[in-house]
Amino acid sequence: MKSVVNKLISLIITVLVISFVTFIVFSIIPGNAAIAKLGVDASPEQIERLEEEMGLNDPIVLRYGKWLLNALKGDFGESLQYSGTKVSALLSSRLQVTLVLSLLSMGLILLFSFPISLLCVRHQGKWVDALLSGLGQVLMAVPAFFLGIMITYLLGLVLHFFKPGAYIPLSENPSRAVLYLLFPAISIALPKISMTVRFLKSSIQGELSQDYVRTARSHGMSQGKVLSAHVLKNALIPVITFLATIIAEIMAGSIVAEQVFSVPGIGRLLITSISARDFPVVQAIVMYITSVVVTAGFVMDILYILVDPRLRRK
Amino acid sequence: MRDSRTIPSTIEYERARIEVFLVKRSLAILLTLVLGLGVVLSGCSGASKDDSQAGTDVNAQKPTETEPVYGGQLIYGMTQDLVSLDPHESTDAGTRCVVFNIYEGLVKPTAAGDLVPAVAESYDISSDAKSYTFTLRDQIRFQNGDPVTIKDIEYSIHRYAELSGESSAFSLALDQVTCPDDKTVVITLKQPDSEFLSQLTLAIIPDGSDPVQNPIGTGPFKVDTYKVGEYLDLSKNEYYWVSGAPYLDSVRFKFIADVNTAFTELQAGTIDVLNYLTTAQVDALQKSAQDQFRIVEGNMNLVHALFLNNDFEPFKDVRVRQAMCYAVDRDAINQFMFGGKSTLIGSHMIPSLQTWYEPSCADAYPHDVQKAKELLAEAGYGDGFELTITVPSQYSQHVDTAQIIADQLSEVGIKATLKQIEWSSWLTDVYKGRQYEATVIGFDGKLNPSDWLAKYGTNDSKNMTNYSNAEYDELLGKALAAVDQGEKAAYYKQMQLNLSENAASVYLEDPADFVAISSRFDGYYFYPTAAWDVSTIYMVKE
Amino acid sequence: MKKWTLSRIWEYCKVHPKVFAGALILFVFLILSLLGQVWTPFSVTKMDPLSVSQSPSLLHIFGTDNFGRDVFSRVINGCGITVLVALLTNLVGGGIGILVGSLTGYFGGSFDQILMRINDMLLSFPSVLLALLLISFLGPGTLNVVLALGILFIPSYARIARGEVIRFKDRDFVRSARLQGVSPLRIIFLHILPNARISLFTAAAIGFNNAVLAEASMSYLGLGLQPPTPSLGRMLFEAQSYLLNCPWYALFPGITIILMILGAALLSEGLKES
Repeated sequence: MKSVVNKLISLIITVLVISFVTFIVFSIIPGNAAIAKLGVDASPEQIERLEEEMGLNDPIVLRYGKWLLNALKGDFGESLQYSGTKVSALLSSRLQVTLVLSLLSMGLILLFSFPISLLCVRHQGKWVDALLSGLGQVLMAVPAFFLGIMITYLLGLVLHFFKPGAYIPLSENPSRAVLYLLFPAISIALPKISMTVRFLKSSIQGELSQDYVRTARSHGMSQGKVLSAHVLKNALIPVITFLATIIAEIMAGSIVAEQVFSVPGIGRLLITSISARDFPVVQAIVMYITSVVVTAGFVMDILYILVDPRLRRK
Repeated sequence: MRDSRTIPSTIEYERARIEVFLVKRSLAILLTLVLGLGVVLSGCSGASKDDSQAGTDVNAQKPTETEPVYGGQLIYGMTQDLVSLDPHESTDAGTRCVVFNIYEGLVKPTAAGDLVPAVAESYDISSDAKSYTFTLRDQIRFQNGDPVTIKDIEYSIHRYAELSGESSAFSLALDQVTCPDDKTVVITLKQPDSEFLSQLTLAIIPDGSDPVQNPIGTGPFKVDTYKVGEYLDLSKNEYYWVSGAPYLDSVRFKFIADVNTAFTELQAGTIDVLNYLTTAQVDALQKSAQDQFRIVEGNMNLVHALFLNNDFEPFKDVRVRQAMCYAVDRDAINQFMFGGKSTLIGSHMIPSLQTWYEPSCADAYPHDVQKAKELLAEAGYGDGFELTITVPSQYSQHVDTAQIIADQLSEVGIKATLKQIEWSSWLTDVYKGRQYEATVIGFDGKLNPSDWLAKYGTNDSKNMTNYSNAEYDELLGKALAAVDQGEKAAYYKQMQLNLSENAASVYLEDPADFVAISSRFDGYYFYPTAAWDVSTIYMVKE
Repeated sequence: MKKWTLSRIWEYCKVHPKVFAGALILFVFLILSLLGQVWTPFSVTKMDPLSVSQSPSLLHIFGTDNFGRDVFSRVINGCGITVLVALLTNLVGGGIGILVGSLTGYFGGSFDQILMRINDMLLSFPSVLLALLLISFLGPGTLNVVLALGILFIPSYARIARGEVIRFKDRDFVRSARLQGVSPLRIIFLHILPNARISLFTAAAIGFNNAVLAEASMSYLGLGLQPPTPSLGRMLFEAQSYLLNCPWYALFPGITIILMILGAALLSEGLKES
């Protein structure tokens, strides 16, 4: 119990440190929101006035303090590139989209990678295994943006399974929105499924070569029974850590997929906000992504303890 | 332009519109139009000749056999977001292209590059070019139905001056705004300035209004919904003062993350119009979906160039800069990038602005490797030098051009490497900080020539190239002060020659712009300034 | 030690076809990559307006790109650069990651806590932003891309190594080694990590793959290798605009990437089985 509390505290510290680092990053990289917004035609005074208006001239520690104080109250401020728009308003609808997209991708990964990896282990060395691993290899070898483009061309333009770009907001028609999001989710999930299958497979195989399996087999236990009763459970332990990585990768994947499939999620907003140096929006999105990833890691750690009895005893 | 003139506006404006229509459209449409607007046909046939000489590729647009019907929705794809709906803010070309449909000024540009009265019915410029008198158009209303008053015009001018800042050309020129009666506005300037009219395209908005919260203008379309980062929905302005315009009921400008995605959406039919296609994309459309799209060709209205930092050691020597001009093969770039459809230039002015454009600059530096090598040897760079070309990574047009140039420069011994940076970094480091050696970029501009050429003045805050030439500064001063248009044009042409002779930068071309429009629609016209005029686009009668 | 004569190698390959296939593919690419550095049939950077976007022919076996450059020449030259970037990236990321991960996993305690939190931060910080930061610090350039990517790769290696060390550290063979007074470093590197080699091999194969892909994705922001240096990722990125007109421009770098990764994966899998 004590370790859980400790982990929670360190989780909060992580989020705080990240928020500060983001702040520093933004004061280091060249360019600021005023210059980015006004472009090449602006006079120096116009830029100065806007910088002042945006509060970019205040010392960094003061700005961070102000931001933190408001953020703790749940107020993430106003966007700099879209003046007059609250960050929370900008984010709320997009968060939903990204959340649905991430859950769909995660669902696809879990749904497919377990049966496939078991299938491969059962038929190890046979053509099913060879075919699936070959396919997985190829899928992992295709860059994310390229895979997305391929899917839009093949499933969208050639086979007309969906109309690229014709995303309907969740609030208007949830089922059609989810149907549309399925395609970017596939493009995110496919390489991750291959990765998970690969990882799971080698973990199961590694476990199968352990002494206790040989003992169990020599005592007449069937392969299937060994798999389900002992191997899978033990093989899952490294996979749990791996899944935390996968969640982080889904986040990264959705940034690309949202661009390619023209989905108004936070990934797309993040890219435009970085180029516009729209600090409050970037900060809010980074906070979101960080919290998800860190929380996922936290949950995985706890699962780890639950699954591995040796750790539970401690 | 004469020294002083009064333009009877409605007829003139209609005429200007017809001129454009005439050149660009088939007789069938013209007839419906003539019937519809009740303008005499003979009034325009002569005008079309002038237009045919225009640098804008007006004639390249094939006359099409389509007939307009009213109504319908158009989805216009664009690969950027709007900076702001506030027309008085300094924004980028893409944003200006869109808000062109929402707001109008006292005068507004036409596709031929002229300025015609819009919110004003007529105007008069005093012979000393110090006072501009405007008469408000009768019965003109804002999109919310409120009549436009003198107060609104005063408010808009003052707001624009304030937002532009005290050092802006507009604020420096403006002395005062007076209203002798409730139909007349007199704008007085501190110095004579015959170019000032082009500044008065500034949007007229209701007195006291904030266009960020509540965007209202007098343009053909009004704002319905603006979803930042997603789309802008416009609908027909029922109160629009030009009768019969616009055709469409509504327009959606959809913001798409990148060029390839936008092209996919065009093919899928999710968007109806897309600008800035590459030649490869045009080829692809013509192969796969020829009857689904019309391709309209025009120009981007950009001075696309390899800009040289004249303070970079090798470029301090004019012979090195000239050698650069000889070493770069502009024809090859045009061929690679735009299928040979761009207009080559040799100075900082686009051919579409024909009043000000000096055509002889374009041929000043033919591709000549030998001559380039000689000049480099003379300047003491016989073995070449190392050069970093900084380019904004988002713009593949600039990155690709820089790649071609780097390859061409290697022939004369200059070892050029690319350095891609983000657009915001480019603005800060290259444009504002002038920390670069050479960069590839395109500059757009307004209809007044000073907007293009003033940035080479020694002390100008936008003098990115650090160009400094006493003769040029003198010419610039004279050009700004000149009242007579002919005299003014002569100065501006000399300035272009000056830039060309001294090889201020390596000027490449005004790039060809290919626009794909769904064949369900027609009526797209190019403007020599940042404007996507949706009011002329219509659904085609089947 | 048995002698590795040709016939023995042949015997070995017959028993382990995966190793043979993987090694062969990698060997071919290694030769091609080396060749591409010293000789290519056409210039890698020279543009030719007369031979733009030509489909594969006897002269240009992989066709030409939008600038009229020979795709085959660019692919074999780019191969070398890509392999180098991917290997170095994994060397940096894997080296530091495994060291950090196994140490923290073995010793645990507050040391583990702190380093794992730093790790979490790196992992959860959007890689776009991190890449942007690193490149704006280091400036674009091949070596800097390696450094930036390497740093990005540390967390995933560290996590895997940590998980493996934790998995093994209470096993009997580790305990007995500890009782015999073997130093912790020896235990980690000589007893635990060799047992974890399967996971680490897999991770390395994935890491190699990811490095190639990440370099391609960095081109999205223009942060990757700078043109005209040909890297396979950059070529694939540039080719997507011409997918409809000249698919070979995307196809050949794409196939090369896939084959290369396939080779690495087959080899690691085969070795693992033997």
